[in-house]
Amino acid sequence: MISTKRRVFLKGTLAAGTVGVAVGAGLLAPSKLLAAWPSEAFAAEGLEAAMEAVTGSSDIADGDVTLSAPEIAENGAVVPVSIESSLDDITEMAVFVELNNQPLTAHYVLGDGAHANISGRIRMGESSNVVAAVKSGDTWYKTVQEVKVTVGGCGG
Amino acid sequence: MSIRVRAQESNGVINIRALMSHDMLVPEDDGGPHFIETVEIGRNGETVLTANWNYTVSRNPFVQTEIDGSAGDTVSVSWTDNKGESDSTEVEVG
Repeated sequence: MISTKRRVFLKGTLAAGTVGVAVGAGLLAPSKLLAAWPSEAFAAEGLEAAMEAVTGSSDIADGDVTLSAPEIAENGAVVPVSIESSLDDITEMAVFVELNNQPLTAHYVLGDGAHANISGRIRMGESSNVVAAVKSGDTWYKTVQEVKVTVGGCGG
Repeated sequence: MSIRVRAQESNGVINIRALMSHDMLVPEDDGGPHFIETVEIGRNGETVLTANWNYTVSRNPFVQTEIDGSAGDTVSVSWTDNKGESDSTEVEVG
């Protein structure tokens, strides 16, 4: 009997210890966790899976996010894309290309003093919707634009 | 390898433009995938923006952004790729 109780006690202690470590890691190093290259999100196939991996949901609301991209891109290897938002307290931004094999193209973590205004150049294998998403406070918002690609830019 | 950075301040905002030389090989390329995974943009030694990229960012990546700051600040740009190679540079804000 005594040994049985002791086992229960130990199991309980171990479980509590695991939770404590997880919470401690989350509290002590959130920026480090955010900054780690999110390999699962990048490997996700399909827009819904990729969005869920980044934002926790594949169904996020349209919001005040400006996505500037050409309606027609002649060269899918170099498609200029800008994301901007005037929402408060933006800590993350992401760009997805729905029909690329791996939709998540870029993920940004904004620290103190960073403005929610980022431009870059991305590859698109074919005409596709491009999704720009920003995290304002605890909530993600998105906007979607279709980009028609004349010559795809993802093949070898 | 090289990184070219321009950092210009106006009204308390630094406009940063960085051009990194990297082939950004996709999986179908010989030696691919070989691409920049992470770019860190810093000001006076503190990271302000971290970019996590896939191989679907274009060859010789370009990024433009804005951060708070002043003329005379030091802006740093550094990258690390998926094979552990890296590069970094610093410029003084004009």
